[in-house]
Amino acid sequence: MQRFILQRLLALVPTLFGISIVVFLVMRLIPGDTISAMIGTQYKLTQVQAESLRAYFGLDKSLPEQYWIWLTNALQGNLGFSVRSGQPVLGEILNRFPLTLELALGAVIVGLLIGLPVGIFSAVKRDSFLDLFGRLFSLVGLALPNFWLGTLIILVLSLYLGILPNSGNYVEFTQNPIANLQQIFFPALTLGFAFSASVMRATRSSLLEELFQDYARTARGKGLRENAVIVGHCLKNALIPVITLVGVEMGYLLGGAIVVEEVYALPGVGRLLLNGISQRDYAVVQGAVVFIAFNFVIINLLADLAYAFVNPRIRYE
Amino acid sequence: MKVTVRKKLPRLLRYPAANIGLALVATYLIVAVFAGALAPYSPIEQRARDRLQEPSAQHFFGTDEFGRDILSRLMHGATNSLRIAILAVSLATLLGTAIGMLSGYAGGIADNAIMRVMDLFFAFPAILLALSIVAALGPGANNTILAIAVVYTPIFARVARGPVLAIKEMEFVSAARCVGSKHWRILTRHILPNMVAPIIVQVSLALSWAMLTEAALSFLGLGTQPPQPSWGSMLSESRRMMEIAPWMAISPGMAIMLGVLGFNLLGDGLRDALDPRLRM
Repeated sequence: MQRFILQRLLALVPTLFGISIVVFLVMRLIPGDTISAMIGTQYKLTQVQAESLRAYFGLDKSLPEQYWIWLTNALQGNLGFSVRSGQPVLGEILNRFPLTLELALGAVIVGLLIGLPVGIFSAVKRDSFLDLFGRLFSLVGLALPNFWLGTLIILVLSLYLGILPNSGNYVEFTQNPIANLQQIFFPALTLGFAFSASVMRATRSSLLEELFQDYARTARGKGLRENAVIVGHCLKNALIPVITLVGVEMGYLLGGAIVVEEVYALPGVGRLLLNGISQRDYAVVQGAVVFIAFNFVIINLLADLAYAFVNPRIRYE
Repeated sequence: MKVTVRKKLPRLLRYPAANIGLALVATYLIVAVFAGALAPYSPIEQRARDRLQEPSAQHFFGTDEFGRDILSRLMHGATNSLRIAILAVSLATLLGTAIGMLSGYAGGIADNAIMRVMDLFFAFPAILLALSIVAALGPGANNTILAIAVVYTPIFARVARGPVLAIKEMEFVSAARCVGSKHWRILTRHILPNMVAPIIVQVSLALSWAMLTEAALSFLGLGTQPPQPSWGSMLSESRRMMEIAPWMAISPGMAIMLGVLGFNLLGDGLRDALDPRLRM
């Protein structure tokens, strides 16, 4: 296992390096002059002003030089400064990251709480009315855009129930757990709904496969009750692919959080990124994209390790 | 093998879910293509007198804050959404399949290098990558097409490479090589026709994802730009009017969901009909 972990950690280095190159190059796709793009059309800069700003941001240097400066700074924890707020980008991201992480974790919990039981019942009662409901749920869940679900939830809460989720001022969990959970519940439900459909699908198909394995038949043959066969034998094996799914989807939930934070006006990293885009604050955009991508890769790594831990065959492949 | 795909396609009709998918996709295509003729009103013409009308016989899904007919906007929104999805997925299919085939056929260091570069794109959540590209290039329909195509190219490269690795070792390919066929001819005449099935399945699933991404980007104000209608931007506009015109939020979301559902069901059906081994 140690060798496997070491291998995976080493493989992480070129990936992270590659991400930094991709993000750096994508941000250089900005058409025309970055300085005028940042300033917008309201102000007109003189030649000298534009030159000095370009020199200030290091844009007068060659691309490899710019990349090297950015990379060495980033490795020292310096992702630059926000043009709008004047604050260090990394600080702004770290201030907002707990919310995004909490939202993604909340979505995982919601997804598992809904998806696992529906998937299990659907597999155990195959071809029943319950199974049909479960499969319909998964189809709709996968097609339902989270920004529409969020909009509908807000509509019902505000229009018909008269409770508008207060999301403007985020209350940290450590400050007031109840207020925090109240604030995060509906966004986590919105983000986790499609995930619960994936969990349901994976649980159903993997449990169905296990229910017909030889070992399940043997367990039934020796007189075990069906519930004991399902819980004690089949479910353990059936959950292995679900663990991988949780890992992979957890990373995608970080992406989905960008949209959900916007729907509920939650001040997370996603919203910081969107504000950065609309305000043409490219240091913030670049920093937030790198930060989310890094977390995505690290979560995938943890999922791989968890998978190898519960399924020893993987380690020897 | 082309013949086999053609032979296997009618199997699609055996799956009830795939039939529903086919019906949804067909409806969506007809509305998108004939929106100009089918829509009762102009999608962008503003009529102050008709502002915020509830759904009625005159305006089936009501009107928005500028008095524009929501049904007409939905129909023209289908055209925009379909145009973006089809162009983006075509670009990704052509580019991704070519890269995957060349990479798999070449093998060795070239294959390894190309696929590692492709892997890099998997290190981003898809929506984040699309968002970054549109952020850099600027909002708009064309940049949305480009962004979705870039995100989906590596997926097609991966889907195309797998079969090539297996097919290039087969006897009929060796035979073709022995009779002096050029690499290009082997790739296009012998290998490509044998890997159509997984690509068709992927195209259908990619279209659903492309629709969803276009809607998400437009919802965030980065995709299709006003006054052109897009389901995503219509939803975004509805949020400002939520308390006085809740109907504005219902139909665009429903349209996105049914379109995505249609392509998903069709994709699942195609997979079951063409390549049952891939079934989940």
